[in-house]
Amino acid sequence: MKFKALLPLGIFVILAGFLAAGLQRNPSEVPSPLVGKPAPAFAAQRLGEAAGVQFSPTQMQGQVWLLNVWASWCVACRVEHPLLMEMAKQKVVPMVGLAYKDQPQDGIKWLERHGNPYVLSALDLDGRTGIEYGVYGVPETFVIDKQGVIRHKVIGPVTQQILDTKLLPLIRELQK
Amino acid sequence: MRLSVPLQSAIAALVLAVGLALGPGAHAADAPPSAEDPVLEKRLNAISDELRCLVCQNESVAGSRADLAVDLRREIRALIRAGKSDGEILDFMVARYGDFVRYRPPFKPTTWLLWIGPFVLLCVAFWVLWRRVMRSARPVAAADGAQGGKDGADAERRRRALELLDAESKGRG
Repeated sequence: MKFKALLPLGIFVILAGFLAAGLQRNPSEVPSPLVGKPAPAFAAQRLGEAAGVQFSPTQMQGQVWLLNVWASWCVACRVEHPLLMEMAKQKVVPMVGLAYKDQPQDGIKWLERHGNPYVLSALDLDGRTGIEYGVYGVPETFVIDKQGVIRHKVIGPVTQQILDTKLLPLIRELQK
Repeated sequence: MRLSVPLQSAIAALVLAVGLALGPGAHAADAPPSAEDPVLEKRLNAISDELRCLVCQNESVAGSRADLAVDLRREIRALIRAGKSDGEILDFMVARYGDFVRYRPPFKPTTWLLWIGPFVLLCVAFWVLWRRVMRSARPVAAADGAQGGKDGADAERRRRALELLDAESKGRG
């Protein structure tokens, strides 16, 4: 009898728990199916280099690296940019930029103004490379290991918290 | 001036007919270029209707004007031209954006709860309802007897109550 009286309360608590958990989650962050899979291959023109100078992910084989999707028209990219600059200064990990749907001259100007944390940037003029990587917003950051496997994806700007709690430990682990 | 009812309905029918005749034509002007290959565009629409635009999640890739949706439609067009089947194109999208990109997620262990959950809840609700109905349908006398058997004090109280009622009615009478 007592158990029965508590049943509605129990159901309510369970439901409230689910709803509360749902509120904590960000629906715009869709987990990538690419985590754990080899980084898709591509060959793209490098930003600011002579025509024909290309970058492909295989060139980074053997080291842990970040692929950071950015664009000069992307406002949120400016939020994470100082952090990337700091990481570049401390030589935490080599970072490759993917200038997503950006005009080369705009991209170059943007890097001149805000600083260039990348070892190089590859151009994705029509967004095709972005589609290969399941990019659906800028910025996005992929952590790729020595074997060329995507190990993590950050959707939206990298924050100090994400960097400290997730990225740095993972990068150190992968660099071992 | 008041129009007679038949004339009114005739005008209404005329307006409706003109509207229907012009409607789809006027609408087609807004749609993306579809003249070059209607068959391809029809397939493109069918496929992209199944896909969620990840930028504006409540819109399909077919209906969205977001940049990414435009790019994805271009990509689907290229895949159709390359002779890929609808299933292969959906797989292409799922491989890059995950199951979430599909409005109708596939039936697999991680989505079992999603697909079966509502029916399980419905079954539980019916079971509870059925039990309640069965209980209340039980004869009242039998329920009384059962209670009396369980709790002797109850029967004793009832007996005393009846005695008191009897005494009162006698006193009045």
